[in-house]
Amino acid sequence: MIVVNLLNSFYCLVTLIQNEVAMLKTLRLESVSCIRGGKSLFTNLDLEIKPGTILRISGDNGSGKSSLLRILCGLLPPQAGKVVWGDQLIHEDRDQFHSELIYLGHIPALKADFTAIENLMSLALLSGQSITAEEALRALTAADLADQAHRAIRTLSQGQKQRIALARLRLPNPKPLWILDEPFNALDQQSNQLLQSLLLAHVKQNGMVAISSHQALSIDDDPQVMRLVL
Amino acid sequence: MSHSATSTSIFIGIIKRDLQLALRRKSDSLSALIFFAVVASLFPLGIGPETKLLMQIAPGMLWIAALLAAMLSLHKMFTEDFMDGSLDQILLTKLPLSLVVLAKTIAHWLSSGVLLALISPILALQFNLPFDSVVVLFLSLLLGTPLLSLIGSIGAGLTLASRGGGTLLSLIILPLVAPVLIFGAGAVEAYQAGLGLTAHFSLLGAMLAIALFLAPIATAASLRIALE
Repeated sequence: MIVVNLLNSFYCLVTLIQNEVAMLKTLRLESVSCIRGGKSLFTNLDLEIKPGTILRISGDNGSGKSSLLRILCGLLPPQAGKVVWGDQLIHEDRDQFHSELIYLGHIPALKADFTAIENLMSLALLSGQSITAEEALRALTAADLADQAHRAIRTLSQGQKQRIALARLRLPNPKPLWILDEPFNALDQQSNQLLQSLLLAHVKQNGMVAISSHQALSIDDDPQVMRLVL
Repeated sequence: MSHSATSTSIFIGIIKRDLQLALRRKSDSLSALIFFAVVASLFPLGIGPETKLLMQIAPGMLWIAALLAAMLSLHKMFTEDFMDGSLDQILLTKLPLSLVVLAKTIAHWLSSGVLLALISPILALQFNLPFDSVVVLFLSLLLGTPLLSLIGSIGAGLTLASRGGGTLLSLIILPLVAPVLIFGAGAVEAYQAGLGLTAHFSLLGAMLAIALFLAPIATAASLRIALE
């Protein structure tokens, strides 16, 4: 038992050090171009997300917001240009890069037959973090979802599913880079404000966020927010 | 307390997750088993009480029925993860994609192939197969069904984003699994003819070893293409 506790503490320390080091890295796009379905969405795009900043992407439907976010996390290779994390191309040290980011797509990525807790545990494990049911419950409680924690996802509303997916951001040892595609979709006013506060709190801890959204947000005028219109 | 997950724990976690999902939705595994039982039972009904003929064709018939039953759940190997967005999360794990595919294939085999092999001795009774031939049939299915899952995963990856993926998957996979059928059913026939099992089982084992190494790599490549 003592050995297990010691090992857990060691793992925790290593994760904390890794995250602290990752907090100092930047994510850079250098002359990136994207073509989807024969249509050029953007060309020669240069940008840099520094620790403590939020990249806020807006644009019309089909302008390439989701494609840009998928390029940022390495799910979609760009037609030209490169994506650099720290001083390495993201595909050169893919495993390390992926262990330092959370990506939430426009679909919540929840299993309909699992409960909220099981989903959080499963998603955390996929992203390289082993968490207990208590930690998952704590994250759900912080997101005001304690009542839904043991319910199967198929019985919940779209907004509740979205909030459960976003509860991943409240798990212990947060990843430094958050890439969120339309995270405010289906959220009510209160959850919307809670999420914006959470994003600001994350960047205050030197985290980085890239989000796409159609809506006007109260954080839009914050000095930490960089705007990009596609 | 939360801590970094090792590659091994992620690998085992994916198998557990897929098995848990299969347990929650038993209808998928059960429908494959019922399909296997129904198809295997139709042959004696169609052919009639020709005990000798039934005994002769039993290995081939049971193998074909198992192969078709295994096809039923193949297209679901990645489709549900693709539809609910989980596949993106799977692509972003620190585990190489080919190992993720291997974990999902193992889970698929445990929730379909193993069950088909387990039920085969009961179905073999209606073909009047002797006990030792039934054991050989069971062993050949146990060795052959992981090959069906491994080769099938390549087709499941290739047809992921296509319409009518289920039919296309069968068209791609059925010719590729013909050698498995030949040596699987052939093992029982060879045993019944007193020729021994070593050659057929060795070939099935060799095919399994090659597929274990190559199929996850091919499936990983096909998944990346499908998702771009």
